[in-house]
Amino acid sequence: MTEAPMDPIYGMMAEFDNPTDLLAATERAYSTGYRKMDAYTPYPIEEIAEALGFHKTRVPLIVLVGAILGGMSGYLLQYWVSAISYPLNVGGRPYNSWPAFIIVTFEMTILFGGISAVVGMLALNGLPMPYHPVFNNPRFAAASRDKFFLCIEAADPKFDRVSTGTFLTGLKAVDVTEVTH
Amino acid sequence: MKQGPEETTIVEERLLPNQAPVLESGHTFGSVTDKIGAIVLRRPVTLGWAIGVLIAFGGLNVLGLAVTYLFFRGTGIWGINIPVGWGFAIINFVWWIGIGHAGTLISAILLLFKQSWRNSINRFAEAMTLFAVACAGMFPLIHTGRPWLAVYWLFPYPNSMNVWPQFRSPLIWDVFAVSTYGTISLLFWFVGLIPDFGTMRDEAKSPFAQKVYGLLSMGWRGSARHWKRYESAYLLLAGLATPLVLSVHTVVSFDFAVSLIPGWHTTIFPPYFVAGAIYSGFAMVLVLAIPIRRFYGLRDMITERHLDNSAKVMLATGLIVAYGYSMEAFFAFYSGSPYEKFMFMNRAFGNVYGWSYWLLIATNIVIPQLLWIRRVRLNTVLLFLISVDVLIGMWFERFVIVVTSLHRDFLPSSWGVYVPTRWDLATYAGTITFFFFLFLLFIRVMPMISIFEMRTLLPESKVKEEVAAHD
Repeated sequence: MTEAPMDPIYGMMAEFDNPTDLLAATERAYSTGYRKMDAYTPYPIEEIAEALGFHKTRVPLIVLVGAILGGMSGYLLQYWVSAISYPLNVGGRPYNSWPAFIIVTFEMTILFGGISAVVGMLALNGLPMPYHPVFNNPRFAAASRDKFFLCIEAADPKFDRVSTGTFLTGLKAVDVTEVTH
Repeated sequence: MKQGPEETTIVEERLLPNQAPVLESGHTFGSVTDKIGAIVLRRPVTLGWAIGVLIAFGGLNVLGLAVTYLFFRGTGIWGINIPVGWGFAIINFVWWIGIGHAGTLISAILLLFKQSWRNSINRFAEAMTLFAVACAGMFPLIHTGRPWLAVYWLFPYPNSMNVWPQFRSPLIWDVFAVSTYGTISLLFWFVGLIPDFGTMRDEAKSPFAQKVYGLLSMGWRGSARHWKRYESAYLLLAGLATPLVLSVHTVVSFDFAVSLIPGWHTTIFPPYFVAGAIYSGFAMVLVLAIPIRRFYGLRDMITERHLDNSAKVMLATGLIVAYGYSMEAFFAFYSGSPYEKFMFMNRAFGNVYGWSYWLLIATNIVIPQLLWIRRVRLNTVLLFLISVDVLIGMWFERFVIVVTSLHRDFLPSSWGVYVPTRWDLATYAGTITFFFFLFLLFIRVMPMISIFEMRTLLPESKVKEEVAAHD
């Protein structure tokens, strides 16, 4: 880090051995004022997202809207088919036989809700993403195995190559690297 | 989704005496990753696996032959005829779809109940669900004999005849229930695999494998924000899949219960079908898990505890099924209907199919009572045999329900006997081999145990709160 290249970089990445050190570092970085940063872990750790100031996701709302739309379209499909397009008198039952339509309505609610959960989660996460700068750090492959990373991005107003690097080195990090674009 | 270390089931010192842990001690993040990943990435193809695939592939060709001949000649090659218009096709459909139910129970319902022992068996149980639904779904499509002429009454699409499906019919409910179930199971399985595909991408040595797993992982990088949305979506999917799985076999039972046939028209069907589905599903989970843990050396991840727990679920659901049978018998007499009474007497003591009822009682109710004994639950050979026995028993349950109810109609003039033909048997055996063919391929190309969920079982996965607070 002594001779920083002058090309613009994506950010500064610190590697940790265990989740506790990563959480402590994330909390320190947040309280120091860094906001544009992200942590990378091999399995979900609730506390880290909290420490990054990321408290709420919009996934549940998307699922709710999807499920309601699914249920409505399921019922309307059956209503339109059975009462408008192809009315068929079966043993004198009303064309709009709502109790018989509940099951398909329920299934469509689940189907649309489930698809919205997956598509919504992927869309909010920006996946699929074929390229991302964090993979330029050769040590980053361990993020899907047994290491924990914190990356403070250059886009953060407080970011400075030298001072951010020093800050991260002082946080029990095993390794601190610049991440190129 | 806090699943793991703080629960008493994991940490060894908190275990009850004689209780096996969910994951044997000595594992680290790295060793868990290596052990599961190596089965796909490093392990050479073994002779046993190759022979298994070869046999399964042979059976798959039998299925292809049977279905081709069916499409060529029509359903006349099967044993069905009036009055028994529903034969092997519906029996096998219900049997397969039931087997699938345990996968969803393990992945969704046990997740919501925070049963962290599910983490080592949910992945292959979900795969089992998918392949079982694939086998099940084949039967409604082929049972028409001319599927390309018969889709308009299954799916609502604008067709040249301007007719639409009959939404008051349980058969259409079934189409929607099963296709939704298949889709949601696929999504659940794939979402669970995304982070593990990322791990496989990073662990793979060959550039081809790196590219394939990289594509499948969609660029997953384990960001904390992504994990948060991921967990939210995963839990919501589990919450949606839970009522779904209960609804699927309920709707399957409506195919029978909504009709007016004695032996079918009963309100006990939905709950006892669901229990029976989970019963046979756990039997299949054990049939798969016992050889897997032996041949792939996974006894430290699929421990005695998993076998014990699965056996207990089997025992409990088997007892619900036993209650269902006794209620069926009770209501046959309590109804006061002579047809219902006759149906039951004929089902149990009729000279054509009486044997199948007692075979059902023996395989499904009597033999599984051995599971009360702890030593039997922990004896893998016995447990495997009992699981196979339950699978046979659950098949006979559907045989008894379908065939004995139909073969004696209200009028003796329309009585008949159903005998399956070689094509019925070939199609059924073909789907069994198809199932194992898919499963054998699956265990060699995808991590069969969820790696990231196994990491959460390790004590080191937990943030040490007091250290974090003072740092």
